[in-house]
Amino acid sequence: MVVALILLLVAIGSVLFHIYSPWWWTPIATNWAYIDHTINITFWITGFVFVAVIAFMAYCVFRFHHKEGRRADYNPENKRLEWWLSVGTGVGVAAMLAPGLIVWHQFVTVPADATEVEVMGQQWQWSFRLPGKDGRMGTSDVRNIDPDNPMGLNRDDAHAQDDVVIESGDLHLQVGKPVKILLRSVDVLHDFYVPEFRAKMDMVPGAVTYFWIKPIRTGTFDVLCAELCGAAHYQMRAKVIVDEEGEYHAWLEQQKTFAELSGGKAVVKATYQSGGK
Amino acid sequence: MSAIILFLAVIAAIAGWWLMQQRLTAKPWLEEGPAGQFPGGDAMTWPAAKIGLGVFLAVASALFVLFISAYSMRMNVVDWRALPVPRLLWLNTGVLVLSSVALQWSYMAARRHDAEDVMIGLLAGGASAVIFLAGQLLAWQQLNAAGYFVASNPANSFFYLLTALHGLHLTGGLVALGRTSVKVWRSSGSADMRLSVELCAIYWHFLLLVWLVLLGLLTGWTDDFVNICRQLLS
Amino acid sequence: MVDIPYDRIAGIPPAEVPDVELYHPRSWWTRYVFSQDAKVIAIQYSLTASAIGLVALVLSWLMRLQLGFPGTFSFIDANQYLQFITMHGMIMVIYLLTALFLGGFGNYLIPLMVGARDMVFPYVNMLSYWVYLLAVLVLASTFFVPGGPTGAGWTLYPPQAILSGTPGQDWGIILMMASLILFIIGFTMGGLNYVVTVLQARTRGMTLMRLPLTVWGIFTATVMALLAFPALFVASVMLLFDRLLGTSFFMPSLLEMGTLSKYGGGSPLLFQHLFWFFGHPEVYIVALPAFGIVSDLISTHARKNIFGYRMMVWAIVAIGALSFIVWAHHMYVSGMFPQFGYFFATTTLIIAIPTAIKVYNWVLTLWRGDIHLRVPMLFALGFIITFVNGGLTGLFLGNVVVDVPLSDTMFVVAHFHMVMGVAPIMVVLGAIYHWYPKVTGRMLNDVLGKFHFWVTFLGAYLIFFPMHYLGLLGVPRRYFELGDAAFIPSSAHSLNAFISVVALAVGFSQMVFLFNLVWSLFKGEASGGNPWRATTLEWQTPETPPGHGNWGKELPIVYRWAYDYSVPGAEEDFIPQNQPPRATHVVEGAAS
Repeated sequence: MVVALILLLVAIGSVLFHIYSPWWWTPIATNWAYIDHTINITFWITGFVFVAVIAFMAYCVFRFHHKEGRRADYNPENKRLEWWLSVGTGVGVAAMLAPGLIVWHQFVTVPADATEVEVMGQQWQWSFRLPGKDGRMGTSDVRNIDPDNPMGLNRDDAHAQDDVVIESGDLHLQVGKPVKILLRSVDVLHDFYVPEFRAKMDMVPGAVTYFWIKPIRTGTFDVLCAELCGAAHYQMRAKVIVDEEGEYHAWLEQQKTFAELSGGKAVVKATYQSGGK
Repeated sequence: MSAIILFLAVIAAIAGWWLMQQRLTAKPWLEEGPAGQFPGGDAMTWPAAKIGLGVFLAVASALFVLFISAYSMRMNVVDWRALPVPRLLWLNTGVLVLSSVALQWSYMAARRHDAEDVMIGLLAGGASAVIFLAGQLLAWQQLNAAGYFVASNPANSFFYLLTALHGLHLTGGLVALGRTSVKVWRSSGSADMRLSVELCAIYWHFLLLVWLVLLGLLTGWTDDFVNICRQLLS
Repeated sequence: MVDIPYDRIAGIPPAEVPDVELYHPRSWWTRYVFSQDAKVIAIQYSLTASAIGLVALVLSWLMRLQLGFPGTFSFIDANQYLQFITMHGMIMVIYLLTALFLGGFGNYLIPLMVGARDMVFPYVNMLSYWVYLLAVLVLASTFFVPGGPTGAGWTLYPPQAILSGTPGQDWGIILMMASLILFIIGFTMGGLNYVVTVLQARTRGMTLMRLPLTVWGIFTATVMALLAFPALFVASVMLLFDRLLGTSFFMPSLLEMGTLSKYGGGSPLLFQHLFWFFGHPEVYIVALPAFGIVSDLISTHARKNIFGYRMMVWAIVAIGALSFIVWAHHMYVSGMFPQFGYFFATTTLIIAIPTAIKVYNWVLTLWRGDIHLRVPMLFALGFIITFVNGGLTGLFLGNVVVDVPLSDTMFVVAHFHMVMGVAPIMVVLGAIYHWYPKVTGRMLNDVLGKFHFWVTFLGAYLIFFPMHYLGLLGVPRRYFELGDAAFIPSSAHSLNAFISVVALAVGFSQMVFLFNLVWSLFKGEASGGNPWRATTLEWQTPETPPGHGNWGKELPIVYRWAYDYSVPGAEEDFIPQNQPPRATHVVEGAAS
């Protein structure tokens, strides 16, 4: 029966494609291998169901297609079978959901030793900020943005003065150190997306969102925007470079702080501020 | 979104209660036979227009409740400045109550087959509804004159938006009321006419209820009430 | 309550409603244009939806040309690309699928299947179509206004949707929201009809449990749509206020093209909540009618009752109810409160259980059936495969942490095209092959039909199955071109080109279908009243196509459920619902 054979081939073909596909996820660069494992569990369970349902269907088409004199069975329902199938499905669903929720718990629980990095999205570029020597980031507001102050930092905030501001440069991270990535946007929704990191989150103007990662290997990775943000959405690119400790610090030394970038005025103000306290 | 979820829970309860009476657990393949042999599950006997109005009221309620959900989510942001409710609104509320009473009276007259009173009730109800709408416009004007523009604060925006939406529903009701009046004029006493009057009255009561809820929301009473409930619970 | 006379009049069982009370068309205009006959309105809805759907099809070709061969077609720029994806998505989801299933199939099938003469409010039903047509025209007009249609994506997320960095910001977005508001008003008029007709105008003996699943699906979907569309209405009105009056419902303080805008304090996430509160039920508004229709196609063409009818009904109701509490699974990476993830992942995966039951029951219906592999049945089989595939990938995206890497990639695009694009379209096409004989009195050509099926089914599968793997790789969606990215191998570009070529082929095979529709209207084989030997009422009308009022002098009386196929002891392998029982029937074998 040609139809049954084609249906079966669709199922088998899908499985073969899955196995031999050259398109597969990128080599992971963070601690989120758990996510990959959860996806694998889901592939196993759903793949089994997919093949089972279609093979059964193809068999039915092969075995029970119309022939002269054939008459269908009369079989309104079979409570026991239906309940077994429901329970089986429930078990399968639970087997996917439980690991998913456990990993989600890890995903939303930021470790205490994570350092902070800020990523700011704007049409259509990325800026980055590190907290500087005091380990704290200063406040910021979209109303403060001007050519001298592209990230809208608060000039009156002492914590902002030593913040490292990287406009239109690459972000460096240190391998093995957990980092909490704070995300903000000054115009529309963006999404800080590095395929190798697995984690991603939208950046919402008026709010600060976050996710955390621990880079596990060095390398250079593409940053893309994953939330439609207007005409040049597809061109909103940057690079994240994961370094060993020494290289990372060498890079950090070269970066300019907010005070250095925004000229003397801010520095004076800052001294005045801290002097006042 | 808690308001809309609560509302949907009520709808689901009503739908569930109705479905329970439809013998959803019966085995239909065993029940061969003419109608009436198996009680339950027949078509509803209410007139279609009445059921239709009921369904429409559910849809309109969903609309208003969604606005209320949006209102309650937006009002938690710091830039919210509640606007003073114009005194005129209390007068308008009174007029809307009168309008509702007039239509109820008209409906009762219809049940007595008193065509003249039906007409008086309809006209009184219609006139007071028009006065209510005019009063709402006046309230807008007062707010505008006092510098409360639609875009100057989200509280203002919601005020204009919700009152406009309620007013539009009432305007739609006036169209139906006009058609009903014509029907009464032409053929007083028919069952069809009585049904129309009843439906108008129901719709008016609904809009009065919606208005009272909105008023509670706009004056902040609902907020106080919810807070008190929360305190009682905790 | 005082006994009121009108209640008694209306309380008479509908079987005795006299034909003369119906509105009768008096002229060509009121018969074919401003018609109040649900069947004519159904055809008007279907033709309008198909026409605008063809526009969306052409848009998809243009998108695929750009994606498959970036840089080759200079007449497509980044702005236009965004406009194409936006209009394609919006048209397909709302103006084609929703309108076709509810306005088209709902109007045609509900009155016939429940044994009514027409919808209960024919005038409102007519208005519904004309408001829908107006909505479609307003939508189509955006192609011709300055700046063109909006390119905000079909989700219309603010702030982006109404800011100047997005194409179509001046006219396109305003008209889009106006069109949506009109659509919702028009749909509500129609929806009231569908619901009340099922509630009140069922013929004598047509209990709920004797309804064909098609009616159950359309009825439940309509109830959901009536409750869900207001959320889109609210979102559209508020966004329109933000755009036109400068309010800040959804708009926080932000820069517009580098300068500080007048907005402040608003919440973009509020829009997303409202949008998806509509948007997720919308998926099932499209899916439930498809579930219902495909159940009837399978049962009829396998000559076997649908397996587990009661479970099927309960599952439809359960899915309908559950679909209102899963909306935020579209927002796992939106930046909403992360703890919501647990709740919405759980509800989302629970909804898989009633859905899976439906799939099992479809394939179990085939077991020991007498399967006639006619074109509608082929489409039903195609539906099962594509729906199972798309439904299972939904389990990836519904499981919150799995969604994190996959969201906003081509995996999502592939998933929702499979599950709510290809699968429902399979049902639409199957249903057209199935009911065309009733609508026109002629059969569609079988050879062309089989060609159409195989190209559409295999082609669509070849388009969307590999696309999932681009998403796994990490290719993001809504990208005009991929540009240089180290993680995207050149083979991915070849795959894109392959998908584009197949997409064009599948698109052109629809032209064969259109030709078949027109050709068979004149040259098709005469079908008779009940060519598939089906049990449901629409096949038992005295005339084919059914005349005005559907049933001639007397309404049918229903004696049995909709699935009496191959009943042991009966001579024929089907017993129409309106056939009175005979003493000779033996149904003991049926008890289980």
